Amino acid sequence: MRYARRVWGLVYRHLCMYRRSWPRLAEIAYWPTLELLIWGFTANFFSHDIHAGSPILAGAALIGGVLLWEIVLRAQIGVTLSFMEEIWSRNLGHLFVSPLRPAEMLLALLAVSAVRTLIGLLPATIIAFLLYHYDLFAPGPVMVLFFLNLLVMGWWVALGIVSLLFRYGAGAEALAWTIAFGITPVACVFYPLASLPYWLQPVAQALPAAHIFEGLRALLLSGHTEWGQLAIATGLNSAWMLAAIAVFGAEFRLARIRGALISIGE
Amino acid sequence: MEAIRVENLTKRYPETLAVDDLSFSLARGRILGLLGGNGAGKTTTISMLLGLLVPTSGRITVLGHDMATHRFAALARMNFSSPYISLPARLTVRENLEVYGHLYNVPKLKARIGQLAEQFKLTALLNRAAGELSAGQKTRVALAKSFLNQPELLLLDEPTASLDPDTGDYVRTALEDYRRETNAAILLASHNMAEVERLCDEVVMMKQGRMADRGTPAELIARYGREDMEDVFLHIARSEAL
Repeated sequence: MRYARRVWGLVYRHLCMYRRSWPRLAEIAYWPTLELLIWGFTANFFSHDIHAGSPILAGAALIGGVLLWEIVLRAQIGVTLSFMEEIWSRNLGHLFVSPLRPAEMLLALLAVSAVRTLIGLLPATIIAFLLYHYDLFAPGPVMVLFFLNLLVMGWWVALGIVSLLFRYGAGAEALAWTIAFGITPVACVFYPLASLPYWLQPVAQALPAAHIFEGLRALLLSGHTEWGQLAIATGLNSAWMLAAIAVFGAEFRLARIRGALISIGE
Repeated sequence: MEAIRVENLTKRYPETLAVDDLSFSLARGRILGLLGGNGAGKTTTISMLLGLLVPTSGRITVLGHDMATHRFAALARMNFSSPYISLPARLTVRENLEVYGHLYNVPKLKARIGQLAEQFKLTALLNRAAGELSAGQKTRVALAKSFLNQPELLLLDEPTASLDPDTGDYVRTALEDYRRETNAAILLASHNMAEVERLCDEVVMMKQGRMADRGTPAELIARYGREDMEDVFLHIARSEAL
């Protein structure tokens, strides 16, 4: 009985944590649901919509999608992880009482993220070329525009997460690992926009990623650059980035009012 | 000229009145002790002085800058140290000091770090990771960080809390020397009453967010008819009235 009591003591410790942290609770069901959505839509695309003769190109689009979507994920994690490093090391108190302005902190986080993304993707790009004969740069310099758009998308998602960390503290840490992945089903990375249910398509169209990947597929399948899709993606990215900066600024101000900058690491 | 002027400072949370109509000032070249029991409002007051927390009402002027509108101009000329805030554990002591040297735009940084390392007995620790240091060594690194920009105002939260008596005495002497050499003002929150008696020109006693009393340590000891500041602290903390 004593053994059971001690086991229950530790189980209770975790239950107490979960019942006070909705991000941790949501994460339990999050990944299985997400995996199902992504691979369900992908399977649907491959089983119904692939035309004869195009499976090789669809495969290339799939590898390209995997590599390019990693730009968004790495860019986002690069920002949020760098910010969380300061929470984990309980260093934010020192940073926020130094002359470092919030905008300067943001620029530093973005710079670290850009370097991390480049370093992180280099081996995967080389492996894709060596193992699958997939040259990410084959479509030419236009790929730089795809890269930049995806990088910026990762950044504004990250700013949103950092804003949530200001609001909910380190307890919202799980969001850093889950939010960008959560966008994946509606980012149309592995399948075209048309594969999504009609009611979900407007959500996808509000995100730059869907336009970037539609453009990428068009480029790979027809060799034709869809400048319209790139322009829409750039416009959406600009709007989302401005909104994310505004939310970040508002949450930072609120954190100074609520005292969250003092207790954010707790 | 005043280093700090606090006028009618109030911080109200939804369920707590953390600081209630607090006013005091600190002249350059002086050391002010901010004392009070746990929950008295010291940390909240220091957080507002540092711009970490926005007051509900009242005004804070630091080194002539209004903290509501020009806090970054003030922050560049002041610094802060607390044993309750850490520096990145995986960075070496030197790297940590370099990071903050850049943030405070310290000129001739390498020489300044060497000077501070010598002053705070950190030379042998410069290439060690901050996370490997003892609590006392970490406190010395934090103090060295707070001296980096030769601040005109130092805010110190229990600067000798985890130091052995010998190192604690060394740090107190360093603070006295720094004040004498640079005419810097120092605001000190401490629970070490002997330290307060030795260092502070004046003391603000806080209780339940309000100023319970203020004066020089000698004045307070005489006013309450006590032996030392420890007794004064206990008397004020335990009395019903403010």
